[in-house]
Amino acid sequence: MATRIERHHYDVVVIGAGGAGLRAAIEARLAGKKTAIISKSLFGKAHTVMAEGGAAAAMGNVNSRDNWMVHYRDTMRGGKFLNNFRMAELHAKESPSRIWELETYGALFDRTKDGKISQRNFGGHEYPRLAHVGDRTGLELIRTLQQKIVSLQQEDKREFGDYEARIRVFQETTITELLLDGNKVAGAFGYYRESGEFVLFEAPAIVLATGGVGKSYKVTSNSWEYTGDGHALALRSGATLINMEFLQFHPTGMVWPPSVKGILVTESVRGDGGVLKNSTGKRFMFDYVPDVFRKQYAETEEEADRWYTDPDNNRRPPELLPRDEVARAINSEVKAGRGSPAGGVFLDVSTRMSADVIRKRLPSMYHQFKELADVDITKQAMEVGPTCHYVMGGVEVDPDTAAAAGTVQGLFAAGEVSGGMHGSNRLGGNSLSDLLVFGKRAGEHAASYADALTARPKVSTRDLETAVETALAPLERDGGENPYTLQQELQTVMGDLVGIIRRKGELEDSLVRLAELRDRVAKVSATGGRKYNPGWHLALDLRNMLVVSECTAKAALEREESRGGHTREDFPTMRPDWRRVNLVCSLDGDKVRLEHKPVPRMRAELIQLFDRAELAKYLTDEELAEFDALAEEAK
Amino acid sequence: MGAKRHFRVWRGDETGGDLQDYQVEVNEGEVVLDIIHRLQATETPDLACRWNCKAGKCGSCSMEINGMPRLGCMTRMSTFEESETVTVTPLRTFPVIRDLVTDVNFNYQKARETPAFAPPEDLAPGEYRMQQVDVERSQEFRKCIECFLCQNVCHVVRDHEENKKAFSGPRYFIRAAELDMHPLDAKTDRKDYAQASMGLGYCNITKCCTEVCPEHITITDNAIIPMKERVVDRRYDPIVWLGRKIFRRDQLSEGDGLGMSGLPQADGHGAEHKSGVNWHREVPAPQVAPVGDDGKLPISEITFDRAGGPSPFGDDVTFPLPPEGLNYAHPDRDK
Ligand SMILES: Cc1cc2nc3c(=O)[nH]c(=O)nc-3n(C[C@H](O)[C@H](O)[C@H](O)COP(=O)(O)OP(=O)(O)OC[C@H]3O[C@@H](n4cnc5c(N)ncnc54)[C@H](O)[C@@H]3O)c2cc1C
Ligand code: SF4
Ligand code: SF4
Ligand code: FES
Repeated sequence: MATRIERHHYDVVVIGAGGAGLRAAIEARLAGKKTAIISKSLFGKAHTVMAEGGAAAAMGNVNSRDNWMVHYRDTMRGGKFLNNFRMAELHAKESPSRIWELETYGALFDRTKDGKISQRNFGGHEYPRLAHVGDRTGLELIRTLQQKIVSLQQEDKREFGDYEARIRVFQETTITELLLDGNKVAGAFGYYRESGEFVLFEAPAIVLATGGVGKSYKVTSNSWEYTGDGHALALRSGATLINMEFLQFHPTGMVWPPSVKGILVTESVRGDGGVLKNSTGKRFMFDYVPDVFRKQYAETEEEADRWYTDPDNNRRPPELLPRDEVARAINSEVKAGRGSPAGGVFLDVSTRMSADVIRKRLPSMYHQFKELADVDITKQAMEVGPTCHYVMGGVEVDPDTAAAAGTVQGLFAAGEVSGGMHGSNRLGGNSLSDLLVFGKRAGEHAASYADALTARPKVSTRDLETAVETALAPLERDGGENPYTLQQELQTVMGDLVGIIRRKGELEDSLVRLAELRDRVAKVSATGGRKYNPGWHLALDLRNMLVVSECTAKAALEREESRGGHTREDFPTMRPDWRRVNLVCSLDGDKVRLEHKPVPRMRAELIQLFDRAELAKYLTDEELAEFDALAEEAK
Repeated sequence: MGAKRHFRVWRGDETGGDLQDYQVEVNEGEVVLDIIHRLQATETPDLACRWNCKAGKCGSCSMEINGMPRLGCMTRMSTFEESETVTVTPLRTFPVIRDLVTDVNFNYQKARETPAFAPPEDLAPGEYRMQQVDVERSQEFRKCIECFLCQNVCHVVRDHEENKKAFSGPRYFIRAAELDMHPLDAKTDRKDYAQASMGLGYCNITKCCTEVCPEHITITDNAIIPMKERVVDRRYDPIVWLGRKIFRRDQLSEGDGLGMSGLPQADGHGAEHKSGVNWHREVPAPQVAPVGDDGKLPISEITFDRAGGPSPFGDDVTFPLPPEGLNYAHPDRDK
């Protein structure tokens, strides 16, 4: 073969250096496996760095009534009972240990008066539950894990004289293909962004931790990295994706100035007392409390305001409803002509807290608005609107081992790229803890899978050649379209036709448009050479974005109800029979195939954590009858 | 549609390159990174530039804008005159890879050489108890987004490749300080280590690092100076008392008759000094402010309020020094 390919051998290769990837790598390395971490950007810059609010874990430091069962209930409610119950259960049970563990790696969370980790309120969480560091929790998380990895490398240096003896980070390296031996994972192929040189990692176990897909949308809080690579890699290697119709639109993204449109305004602004107002100055969220939540939320401004100081005797303000509800409410206000000048609504803290308190509690928001929009949030209200934020859908995994479902073996997935944990809607703060809980599990099980293999799977030269050809194609092709133009078109299709509010006609239209784009993307061409060429990189990412967008559009068309991060104007309500269905995507040749699969049924002791009145809003009559029978038995 | 403005962007790789001129549309509210993106989307799809968050959180988009080290995503176009040419160049201290992308591996190497957090052995996970006031000092340093602007601006390594081996740079001084101030870190020799193995002594507190830090971390006053101060117990560092004098006078009370006000016996370390001042054992070679190939002082011109480089003794020190401020301890005295 003419092209030079650098080869590496590892036991476990982790693709992604965000919270999930780093935690998985730590675990694999602790299990004695030779581990590689691969990331598209520099070490320590993955998306996780941007998380602001905190990591949810029922440690009960602020309110001792909190425990895993309450957290579990909140998670299931937030996901509208579509969550994989076992994942939600493991997550609720294990997140406190995962957070405490971070302290032993050197993390410094904000503290309570008695010196424990402080916890803050967040939408959808019954008690203050989010461990945080000001509003830069993600930075703390990733830096801590990064520094833990460095400390493991220092151990190796002492023992073997080489920092990279057992764990190595390949930064600015993009994986474009997973290579299989039969159904078994054999390696990952990619290129160094810096030099454009190709690299092959041979490994029997691969953990996907590549994050989300938001870059397929026009207005998004996500960075260029979020092109759905992991989702697409999984599909192409025979794994399945679930719940791809569920995207979380964060209710409060910046809407002005245009260049920062989409950048997130953390939910802690509301958790700490910020309120939403329309152009008439009305706190409109009181008009949008849905029936299922009526009992938990305040009905008057007075009660809502009292809650901040006395949460035990008052109900919470409706500004803290789950994200999907708030996003839809803002959308409706703007549509009704009561929006702000730049097409959002107002989020105000300036009249609610003193300037000092604002600067202390929301330092990076203060900074962000000051620097980016020249707005002083201690004096003025912010203008905010919904922005594409998080994908609930992802690789279908086994809850306990994080192993990918489908035909492939040796593939694991954790973090945003995996699906099921959050059901139809993720609660704020549940992602950071999800990364840790399932990152650890993925690393652990990838290591034991590698141990159990008797023979190492082999990469075939044919596959490798094809991978090289595919990667080089955009550079060698002349006269195709500019990748940036195609990306913009894709973003427009997804934003306009598969956005927050969806309609049958538009979804059908989107599929036609995506099919057209697919032909054009197949002919995309990139100018310049192989060295750090962002145009070429984007050209390669496009096919991933496209196939993932197709999954989303197909699943959105199929699901004829509204639930969590999927709202159909033509089917505006939640339908209990749809709650029992997961939509599963797989790849058939290069076509996306969609199947219905039943949602796993909650174990008896878990379903009994809920009261019947609440379940009645979600379950079918048949399921309720079963629940009653259970309750009867328990008596 | 915004007006077209004149941009100059350095394009090239390790074999060489030059500034290229572009006329680019600029709209209201845009930042420099938006302009780079517009160039990528139009004229120059292969223009290399790092970025991730576009919100000043990840520290990827470091570049030099009109010679000033800055984050591209946090530099608003409205801070320039309409007619002003905006010149964007890669970080100068690190080897260029292509266009605005440089090889920042130096920093990752230094990160690896800095000893990691040592957890207390007697505490299980979940048992850590710390007061907010005690973690806050370290938290300031943990705000660091690793943009490496401070590393880039520091004259010790800027244009001084030869110092890179011995000098870890401000980013890692704050890391050492962070661990030193960590209430539960079990390692006790952070300062000594910083002095002995990180090249803390090379720093002469020019404060350029603090000046460029986008997170507004007070690198010098809160990390470097305290670290230097406490290593003087065992090792002489001339910059300490100068640093105190130059930069922290506001914090000393008026009229305590300090003369050369930062002198050790006056700054609250009384107990140690009575038992014998061991300051003057190793006489330091004063550091000459470095000049670039063009014979000019590099960054100080931008960050300093006066022409020329900073005096290594501090700009408000005039010679001869008042005699009551002089200090000398014979090496024999603290043997
Ligand atoms: C602005 C913002 C604020 C948020 N706030 C919160 C919050 O307060 N609380 C909370 O719980 N969650 C929050 N989230 C969500 C949460 O941050 C993310 O879901 C989470 O960080 C995802 O982590 P991850 O480990 O799955 O992936 P990431 O951290 O995104 O990392 C993905 C990694 O995969 C790498 N990668 C991707 N593709 C490839 C490829 N082809 N080859 C090689 N490497 C690849 C990337 O380089 C990167 O290193 C927020 C998200 C955003 C955008
Ligand atoms: S104060 Fe000056 S010399 Fe010291 S680390 Fe900062 S930039 Fe370098
Ligand atoms: S200390 Fe400041 S300037 Fe230096 S790397 Fe950190 S954030 Fe950047
Ligand atoms: S892009 Fe993240 S700091 Fe500028």
